[in-house]
Amino acid sequence: MMKLHFSRKQLCIPYALFLLLFVVVPMLMILFYAFTGEKADGSLSFTFANFAEFFTSKAKLSTLLMSFTIAIISTAICLVIAYPLAYVLARSRWKKKYVLLMIFIMPMWINFVLRITALRELLDLIGLLGTENYLNTIIGMVYDFLPFMILPLYTTLEKLDTSYLEAAADLGGNKFTVFTRVTFPLSMPGVISGITMVFMPSMTNYVVSDTLSNFNITILGKLIDEYFTTYDNWHMGSMISIILLVIIFLTLLATGGFKEDKNNARGANLW
Amino acid sequence: MVKKILSVALCVAVLVFIYAPILLLVVYSFTDANVIGRWEGFSFDLYAQLFRSEEIMRILLNTVVLALVAATLSTVLGTAGAICIFYSKKKIAAPIKGISQVPVINAEIVTAISLALLFSMVALYRTYFSLIVGHMVLCTPFVVLSVMPKLKQMDPNVYEAALDLGASPTTALFKVVIPQIFSGVLSGFMLSITLSLDDYIVTAFTKPKTFDTISTYVYNAVKNGTNSSTPALRALSALIFVVMIAAVLIVNLRARKKKEGAK
Repeated sequence: MMKLHFSRKQLCIPYALFLLLFVVVPMLMILFYAFTGEKADGSLSFTFANFAEFFTSKAKLSTLLMSFTIAIISTAICLVIAYPLAYVLARSRWKKKYVLLMIFIMPMWINFVLRITALRELLDLIGLLGTENYLNTIIGMVYDFLPFMILPLYTTLEKLDTSYLEAAADLGGNKFTVFTRVTFPLSMPGVISGITMVFMPSMTNYVVSDTLSNFNITILGKLIDEYFTTYDNWHMGSMISIILLVIIFLTLLATGGFKEDKNNARGANLW
Repeated sequence: MVKKILSVALCVAVLVFIYAPILLLVVYSFTDANVIGRWEGFSFDLYAQLFRSEEIMRILLNTVVLALVAATLSTVLGTAGAICIFYSKKKIAAPIKGISQVPVINAEIVTAISLALLFSMVALYRTYFSLIVGHMVLCTPFVVLSVMPKLKQMDPNVYEAALDLGASPTTALFKVVIPQIFSGVLSGFMLSITLSLDDYIVTAFTKPKTFDTISTYVYNAVKNGTNSSTPALRALSALIFVVMIAAVLIVNLRARKKKEGAK
């Protein structure tokens, strides 16, 4: 019987092929669609028309701006809630503090559509649903993504070497100075990781905005969806995706997110 | 003292925020009211409706089977990928590692439409194939991320030793490497299950028209305002919340105990 031999390096072939076929080629297709348009006879031609249309359309630009604003506000609120919380949890002297952490990041494991629907019921009960669309969307984004801000912050703050803080205090720094000059700068990797994990989904996860605004708010991710499913204009949908990718790229560049510890990526150590 | 009170207050406030909607749903799953907020007396009616609904039971099965299939395939592929990245020369490993990060960083909607474009070109759009591939694109990079640290922790000499002792590369791989990285493989699998169960956007863009998962079904129920199915869905959500919370606590606390016991 012939025995199948494969060495460690041959293991590259299936994964490399998979990435090529289902990640690289599809991304190139977006690029192709974004810069082509359909002529009257149905043939495709190279064009900048989609690009030009996006940046001259008031409706699309205002969607972009509004979506950007919602994402910034949601990310800021997440940070303001999660930072002190992660700090308290990480500094707790309780031996079983990881149990506490677990309880706070539990939503990561539970289907987000069900959680957002549950939140919708609560907002309906207190009379916000149908009246405060923007507020509801922001509450929803915070509700959905807060654990993704808590976890990286906790991880960095927990690992933080307390002797630096003691040294700073010994050298005469008051509590405020120690925090702003030592603790916070040392926790920057966690802050950056958290921001990148909340900001981008807040611009694109339209299940949250749809469910909580009764389909009245269109965020950037929803706009892409609409161009594919409602307007059937895949070229424009692809162009908006390219613009979104540029925004993601710039955010990562601005925050130094490229250098972050990738093990923090969306709960890579969830189990 | 003030600091302590503030800390506790913060923790309690965030816990209330996180768990109030979940608790509300669980409580109102035990009454037969159509809308939340009206208590019509304690009953298990919604649970009875839930288990009698063939439609919901089928969707539940769809969701679980899809997650198991996608997670299994992703785990095999991702483990192979991680071993490949770890042992290959940088020239080969670096681009694979880089491209592997793309679905992790990318917005899910962009991943979803990119697959829609690809599959519509080859006439496989909205098939089981595109659905499973879609979920694999989401999950596999995370399997790689789970397995990589275990490979780094492994003693590089054991593989060489196995070869010197006469094992074929295949035997050495399965008998020496895989057992050493198994905990990473397992957490990659669990993570894949979680990601697949959680997904809406990629599913919506790759699934066959008549196929639904819990995510797409619930989203569409909200979209179409079909309140008739909502009360039973409340019981389904409540059940999933409780089961998941229990499972996560048990698995994690036991894993933690084991780790501490080993110290």
